[in-house]
Amino acid sequence: MELLVASAIGILTASGLYLVLRLRTFPVIMGTSLLTYAVNVFLFASGRLTVGAPPILTDATRYTDPLPQALVLTAIVISFGMTAVVVMIALGAYLGGNDDQVDDLIPASDAEDRT
Amino acid sequence: MSLFLIVALPFLGALLPGLMNSAGRQACAGVTFMVTLVALVGLLTHLPAVLAGELVTARVEWIPQLGLNLTLMLDGLGFFFACLILGIGLLIIAYARSYLARGDHMGEFFTYLLLFQGAMVGIVLSDNVLILLIFWELTSLSSFLLIGYWKHLPEGRQGARMALTVTGMGGLAMIGGMLLLGQITGSYDLSVILENRELIQASPLYLPALILILLGCFTKSAQFPFHFWLPHAMAAPTPVSAYLHSATMVKAGIFLMARMWPVLSGTPEWFAIVTTAGLITMVLGAVIALFKHDLKALLAFSTVSHLGLITMLLGTGTAFGALAAVFHILNHATFKAALFMSAGIVDHAVHTRDIRRLGGLRHLMPVTFVIATLAALSMAGIPLLNGFLSKEMMLEESLHTTFFDMPWLVPALATFGALFSAAYSFRLIGHTFLGKVRDDYPDHPHDPKPGLWLPPALLIIPVVVIGLAPFLAEPFVKLVTASVLGGAAEMPSAHFKIWHGLGPALYMSIVAVIGGLILLALFTPLLRIWDAAPRPEAKSIFDRIIAASVGLSRAVALRLHNGAFSRYAAIMAVTVVAVGYYAWATGTVGAATRAMQPTNAVQIAGWLMLVAAACGLVFLHRNRLLSLILIGIVGLIVSAGFVFFSAPDLAMTQLTVEVVTIILLLLALNFLPNRTPIESTVLRRTRDVAVSLAAGAATMALSYHYLLRDTVAPSISEFHLANSYKGGGGTNVVNVILVDFRGFDTYGEIIVLGIAALLIYALTETLLSGPVRARLLNRKPDQPRAGDRHPMMMVVMTRVIMPVVLLVGFYIFLRGHNEPGGGFIAGLIVSIAVVMQYMASGFAWASARLRYPYHGIIGTGVLIAGLTGIGSWFFNKPFLTSDFTYVRIPPFYKFELATAALFDLGVFLAVVGAVMLTLESFSRLARRAHVPEADHPMDIDPSREDTPKAEA
Repeated sequence: MELLVASAIGILTASGLYLVLRLRTFPVIMGTSLLTYAVNVFLFASGRLTVGAPPILTDATRYTDPLPQALVLTAIVISFGMTAVVVMIALGAYLGGNDDQVDDLIPASDAEDRT
Repeated sequence: MSLFLIVALPFLGALLPGLMNSAGRQACAGVTFMVTLVALVGLLTHLPAVLAGELVTARVEWIPQLGLNLTLMLDGLGFFFACLILGIGLLIIAYARSYLARGDHMGEFFTYLLLFQGAMVGIVLSDNVLILLIFWELTSLSSFLLIGYWKHLPEGRQGARMALTVTGMGGLAMIGGMLLLGQITGSYDLSVILENRELIQASPLYLPALILILLGCFTKSAQFPFHFWLPHAMAAPTPVSAYLHSATMVKAGIFLMARMWPVLSGTPEWFAIVTTAGLITMVLGAVIALFKHDLKALLAFSTVSHLGLITMLLGTGTAFGALAAVFHILNHATFKAALFMSAGIVDHAVHTRDIRRLGGLRHLMPVTFVIATLAALSMAGIPLLNGFLSKEMMLEESLHTTFFDMPWLVPALATFGALFSAAYSFRLIGHTFLGKVRDDYPDHPHDPKPGLWLPPALLIIPVVVIGLAPFLAEPFVKLVTASVLGGAAEMPSAHFKIWHGLGPALYMSIVAVIGGLILLALFTPLLRIWDAAPRPEAKSIFDRIIAASVGLSRAVALRLHNGAFSRYAAIMAVTVVAVGYYAWATGTVGAATRAMQPTNAVQIAGWLMLVAAACGLVFLHRNRLLSLILIGIVGLIVSAGFVFFSAPDLAMTQLTVEVVTIILLLLALNFLPNRTPIESTVLRRTRDVAVSLAAGAATMALSYHYLLRDTVAPSISEFHLANSYKGGGGTNVVNVILVDFRGFDTYGEIIVLGIAALLIYALTETLLSGPVRARLLNRKPDQPRAGDRHPMMMVVMTRVIMPVVLLVGFYIFLRGHNEPGGGFIAGLIVSIAVVMQYMASGFAWASARLRYPYHGIIGTGVLIAGLTGIGSWFFNKPFLTSDFTYVRIPPFYKFELATAALFDLGVFLAVVGAVMLTLESFSRLARRAHVPEADHPMDIDPSREDTPKAEA
C-alpha cells in the first residue's frame, strides 16, 4: 500500500510539473493544482499511513498522527486562496493584454526601459 | 527626561508638521520648533550629571541572546553633539520658516527635518553599535529626502542620489566593521567595546574592522576620495545645507571617529590612513573652494576642507590633537552654520549666489554684511574670533606630526591649507560685500526680515565670545575631550589663550593670513591658470562608475532573467532534484523499520483512477473543460484517500474546497479560450517530460523511503494526543490543534486567506474601472447560451435545500471540537449554500439580498478570533490561551463551553467571507451590457403577473 501512495505522489508531481512547464496560463494553473495535491498528500503521509484509527479520542488505544492532518487542513484552505489569486492574475493579464502566455520574454532592445 | 524620550521625541514629533500643515505655515514651523525645544530642554536636564562626569544610561533588553539591546548612554561627547544637533536645529527651524517660499510644502520639509534630527540624536546617544548602525542608515535615508526636497530640480535629485549612494555604501562597509568589532570583544555594547583597547588592537581582525569603519566615517564626512558628494548636495534648500553640513550629517563620521578614538587610534595604521586622508582633504578642499563662484559651492568645499582638518587632528592620535579637534568641531559648527545662512540670505535677496555677479553689498545689506564678515574672518583664522584659536592649535599640533621622516612636511601642508582657507574667506567677504555698488543685480538687494537674520546673528555670539574669552569654553571642551579620550590618554594641560607668545604656530598663522591676502590680490591671473589646468571631474568619474555597474548588473540580470517563467520553473525543479540527490547519495540510508501494509482491490482501483486522471490531464490538457473534469476526479480520489487513511477532517475539507475551486475555475474559463494551442516544439516537450519524470521519481523515492521507516526523533504528536482532552477539552485532536495548540498559526492563516480575498477584490475593481470594462460588457459569448437562464427546477431546489445546508453547516461547526468538523469545514459548507443561490437565481437577485458585505464578514471573523486571543491577557495568560468548562442547563445533557469555540467562530466567518468575496468578484466580471439583469429569481414564474404567458 505504501508503494501505491508513494507512486501516486510521484505521478501527481510529474504530471503537475509537466503542466507547470507549459506556455499558457490555464495549464499552468492546472499544474499547480496537481502539485498542491501532491504536496498535501506528501505532508499528510509524513504522519505514516494508518487505516481505521482516526484521531478522535475514544476508548481505542491506537490513533494516527494528528499533527500533519492539522497542518494539511489549513494548507488545503490556503491553497484555494492561492489558486484564486493566481487565476485572477491570469484572467487580468488575459483580459488586459489579450494574451495568456506565461513567458514574457524581454527583447534586448526593450531592456533599457524594462529594468 | 528619559534618554529614550529624547531620541523618540523628534520621531514622534515628525507626525505633527504634516497634521499641522493645513493649520498654516506658522503653526507648522511652531510645532516643529516646540518639539525640538522640548527635546533640548530634556537633554539639558542631564547637564548636572554630565558635568559631574557621570554616565547617564537607559537600557531595555530586547534580544539579549543576539546582543541586540536598546541601550542609550549620555556622556560628555554625546551631550556635546546632541546639544549641537538640537540647538542649531532650533535656529535652522526658525530660519527655514522665513526661507521657504509659499509654494514649498512646509509640512513635508519639517517632517523630513525632524526624522533626520531624531536619527542624528540617536547616533550620538546609542550605546549599542547595532542600534547605532540603524540610526546611521536612517540619517542617510532622511538626508536623501532633505537634499532632494526640491524634487523639480534635476540637480536636487542627482545630488540626493549621489549622497545616498556614497553614504549608503559607506554605511554598508561600516556594518561589516562594527560586526567585526562585536566579534572581537564578544559584545555589541559600546561601553564594553571601548574598554577593550588592547584586545581589539591585538586582534588580527583589527585592520579589516578599522578600514571598514573608516570607510563609513570617510564617506559620511566627505573625506578624500569620497569628498565629491558634498558639493552636489548643495542643491538642497539652504536651511538643509546649513544643518547637514555644519552641525550634523557630515559631523556624524567625525563623531564616530571621536567615539571610537580610545580603541582604534594610536596605531600606525590609524595614523597613516586617517591623517593622510585628513591632510589631503584639507588642502584639496581649500584650493578648490578658492576658485568656486557659487557661494554655497565655495562654502561646501570649505566644509570639506575643515572636516579634513578635524579628521587630521583625530588621526594624530595624541590627546592634544583630540582636544583641538573637539574645539574646532564647536567653532566650525557656529561660524559655518552662520555663513550658510548668510549665503541663503544673499540668494534670497539678490536671487543669485554667483560671486561674479555680486559685490558692494555692504551698503545695501549692512546687517548681513556684519554677520557674514565676522563668521568669514573667524573661518580665516583672524585673532579675537573663535576660528583663530582652534586653527592655531591645529598648526601647533602639525608641528609635532612627522610623515616619512620629514618633519617639515605636515606643518608646510597645514600652513598651505590655512593659507588657502584665509584666501577663500577673504574672497567671500571681498567679492560679495566690498567693492563698488553695481547696477546690474538680478534683484534689489535689501536686508531681510529678522526671521532670517536673527538665527545667524545668534550664532555669531559664541563666535565672538569664545574668540574674546576662550577660558569660558575651556571647561566644557575639556569635559567633552575627556570622554573622547576615555582612559586611553591623559588630558593635556594646555589652556585656551589668545596669546601664546611668539612661537612657530603664530608665525605660521601670520604667513597664512598674509599669504591669503596676496592670493586674493592675484586672484584674476590665478583663476585663468586654474581654468586652463586640466583636472579630473569627480562627478563624471562617479557617473561613469555608476553607468558601468548598472550596465554590468543589467547584462547579468538579463542573461539570467529573460522573462521566460517556464525556464525558471525548469531550472528550479532540476536544482531541487540535484540537491536532493546529493543529500541522498552522501547521507546514510537506514534499514526499513515498518512492514508494508497489505493492498486490496479497492485501493488498486482508486490508484488506477488517479493515475488515469493525472495522465489524462497531461495528454488532454489542451481541452480545458475536459481537464477541469479530470482534475475533479483527482480531487475526489484524494478525498477518498483521506477517508481511508483515518483523516475524516481532511476529507471533508478537501471535498468542499474541491467544489468551490471547480466553480472558480469554471467562472474563469468563461473568459479564457477553450483550447490551449500547440506551441512547444517536440524537443522542448521531451525536455519537460524528462524534467517532470525526474522530479516525480525523486518525490516517489523520497515518500516511499520514509513511509517504510519510523521518525528519527520522537514526534510531538504524542503530546497532542495526551493533552487534547485534558488540556483542550476536545476529543477531535485535529480541531483542538487548530484552535488551541496551534491557534496562533491558524490565526495567521485566516488573515492570509482574508488578504488573498481582498487582493482578488482589488484586482477585480482595477479591471472593472479600466479599459477592460468596456470589452467585458460588450463581449460576445463564444458558445450558445441556455435559453432558460435560471431553470425553475434549480431555483426551487436550492431554495428548499438552503436551510438544510445551513443547518448541516451549523451542526458541523458545533460538533467540531469533539467529532470531525469545525470552523473551516463549516465555513466552506455555508459558502457552497450561498454560492448555489447565486448560480440558481442570478447575481443581481442574490446580491440584492446580501445584508452584510463580505469584507465585513472577513474583518469580523479576524476580529473575533483576535479578541478571543486578547481576552486571555485579562487573566494574565499568553495570547490565545484557551479555557473551557462544562455546564448543564436542566432539560439538556451536560455540554461544554470553550473559548476555543469562539475562536473557531472567527475562523468560520473569515472562511465564509473570503470564499464568498472571491467567487463574487469573479462573477462580477461576468455581467454583460446587452443582457439585462433579471430582477426575479426565475424567468418563468406562474405566480407573477407580468410573466410572459405561454402562447395560448
